[in-house]
Amino acid sequence: MSTSNQVITYRQAVSDALWEEMERDEKIFIMGEEVGVWGGTYAVTKGFIDQFGEKRVRDTPIAEMAIVGAAVGAAMNGLRPVAEIMTINFAFLALDALVNHAAKAHYMFGGQFKVPLVVRTTTGGGRQLGATHSHAPEPIFAHFPGLYVICPSTPYDAKGLLKAAIRDDNPVLFVEHSTLYQTRGAVPDSDYTVPIGVSDVKREGSDVTLVSYSKMVQISLEAADLLAKEGVSAEVVDLRCLRPLDMKPVIESLKKTNRVVVVEENWPRFGVGAEVAMQIMEQAFDWLDAPVKRVSQEDVPLPYSRDLEQSALPNPAKVVAAVKAIL
Amino acid sequence: MTTPDKETMLNWYRQMVLIRRFEEKCAELYTTGDIGGFLHLYIGQEAIAVAAQSIFRADDNIITAYRDHGVALARGIPTKTVMAEMLGKATGVSKGKGGSMHLADIDRRFWGGWAIVGGHLPLAAGIALADQYSGADRITVAFMGDGSTNIGYFHEALNLAAVWKLPVIWVVENNQYGMGTAVTRASAVSDIVKKAEAYGMPCCQQVLDGADIFEIREQFEMAEAYVRDGEGSYMMEILTYRFRGHSMGDPERYRQQEEVEKKKTEADPIIRLGNYLLEKKLVTQEELDAQAQSAEEEVAEAIEFAKKSPFPAPEELYANVYV
Ligand SMILES: Cc1ncc(C[n+]2csc(CCOP(=O)(O)OP(=O)(O)O)c2C)c(N)n1
Repeated sequence: MSTSNQVITYRQAVSDALWEEMERDEKIFIMGEEVGVWGGTYAVTKGFIDQFGEKRVRDTPIAEMAIVGAAVGAAMNGLRPVAEIMTINFAFLALDALVNHAAKAHYMFGGQFKVPLVVRTTTGGGRQLGATHSHAPEPIFAHFPGLYVICPSTPYDAKGLLKAAIRDDNPVLFVEHSTLYQTRGAVPDSDYTVPIGVSDVKREGSDVTLVSYSKMVQISLEAADLLAKEGVSAEVVDLRCLRPLDMKPVIESLKKTNRVVVVEENWPRFGVGAEVAMQIMEQAFDWLDAPVKRVSQEDVPLPYSRDLEQSALPNPAKVVAAVKAIL
Repeated sequence: MTTPDKETMLNWYRQMVLIRRFEEKCAELYTTGDIGGFLHLYIGQEAIAVAAQSIFRADDNIITAYRDHGVALARGIPTKTVMAEMLGKATGVSKGKGGSMHLADIDRRFWGGWAIVGGHLPLAAGIALADQYSGADRITVAFMGDGSTNIGYFHEALNLAAVWKLPVIWVVENNQYGMGTAVTRASAVSDIVKKAEAYGMPCCQQVLDGADIFEIREQFEMAEAYVRDGEGSYMMEILTYRFRGHSMGDPERYRQQEEVEKKKTEADPIIRLGNYLLEKKLVTQEELDAQAQSAEEEVAEAIEFAKKSPFPAPEELYANVYV
């Protein structure tokens, strides 16, 4: 099939995926705070209420536990809800519904229930929102078997993965990055999906492997540009999903470069770096020429003051320094 | 209720104008990039914080959500340290770490600005529990928005407070929208104060007029007497209106501009009090203007102080993670 591309924003990609899926399947509906009249806090669902009506685009009270819990129930009873939690900071209020109910309903009752649910949310620091509003705690949610966690980095992946998530019969936490919404990229005009649980090489290289996801892919690509100027060739692997975690492209890349730096926005302890490094130990220890390094957020709650906050976040210079330390 | 003297009422007027001017300047400083993050203005709601301050004792506890500048300033936190916090400076009341949404001043028993909707309500219960436990006769005043009365935090906190007879006054500042969602679209009962009945908690018999500082004070005084006597919690609902968007950059698709304009002319607490004082011939226009001017000067000095103050040192990043 020949397809043409158009360059759209990450925001548009998410929005288009939702729109097209809602047109395709009447069982899909949206619920969340400010998704309707306001048009979505990040304007992802702008115009949806006019097109699909209040039945399918449901503004909710501020009640995260009820939003996710009710979405789980609706999913068990045959609908395909796309619930929105305004930002991942508020997903902690819905943690029990996600963990004890969404993730376990299928298993605990011997496979009787299905929970075809997508919970969309946004993540990320760097916007001076202070410690309660700047988390990037995706790894916490990736801890639980039964729940998928998807963290796209490009418009192409965002659209394809959101469609795949909506069509999947498992509960998915779909994490958009609040500072990626304006970024642009090519997306096919025709219908497509990106398979869940497949990592993707975003840039080829031979000296070091940078492993990242979401916004940190952008940081890694910028670091790779800087490294290239110094004659260092970095390969960038985008995990795209934290669960299921596809390590194959990471291991293949490592066999070529023998060096790995994980770039993650979450805190260092018990994070993505820890998991990736452990799996490398298990699967490819002999291929390592240097210890695995990680670049993550500093191990502190994020402060409000701009420069202080920026100093706590990963950036290309920190990635370059980490690479140089193991070359 | 004792009739306040002229000086006292002029002082309320000044405090409300101080909050108003402070926030108008904050809005400007937001557009110039001096203030970042989210900025939720209290403009239109000032009488509530000022009325509270005029009734409760300096050692009583106050806690609120992220729309906290008005409560902080009324509480007497120096305007310059609040402004410095807005600019993320080391001299700020939270040392530049909290920002607009996270102001607090332990010395004034202002327990904060908390930015997770409803999250501070159980904290209020716990603060009151500590006082009840140790026999202090302090009370706790917990402010919240209408939207926060629909979250589990609210219901769990009020039930607990009622069961344990905790000395809390729960004050709903009903500005009629939680972000863009009108109360009637989010709450099964639109008389929010009726929620107190579910917990057998006494409450004000009618929704109070948020533009009328006298009416609010009167209720606060009644509530205070009840709670201070150890009878338990009390709930109030004050109908108010935020003249500005929910935060900066609110497209305001959920309300008509005429509605906003109408409220600005009919329900401005500053105009209300000014007119009252003039009509009763208690003050002259010049006296009001002088108060307003002195408030403006205080804000200007605060901005100068904040701008001159240093940003936090890099090593502050790791300070205060643990005690
Ligand atoms: C648990 C949680 N959910 C969502 C938000 C985002 N949010 C911030 S303020 C707000 C509206 C709150 O409305 P209300 O309680 O009426 O207070 P107001 O802003 O009107 O003062 C929302 C949804 C949040 N901060 N915390």
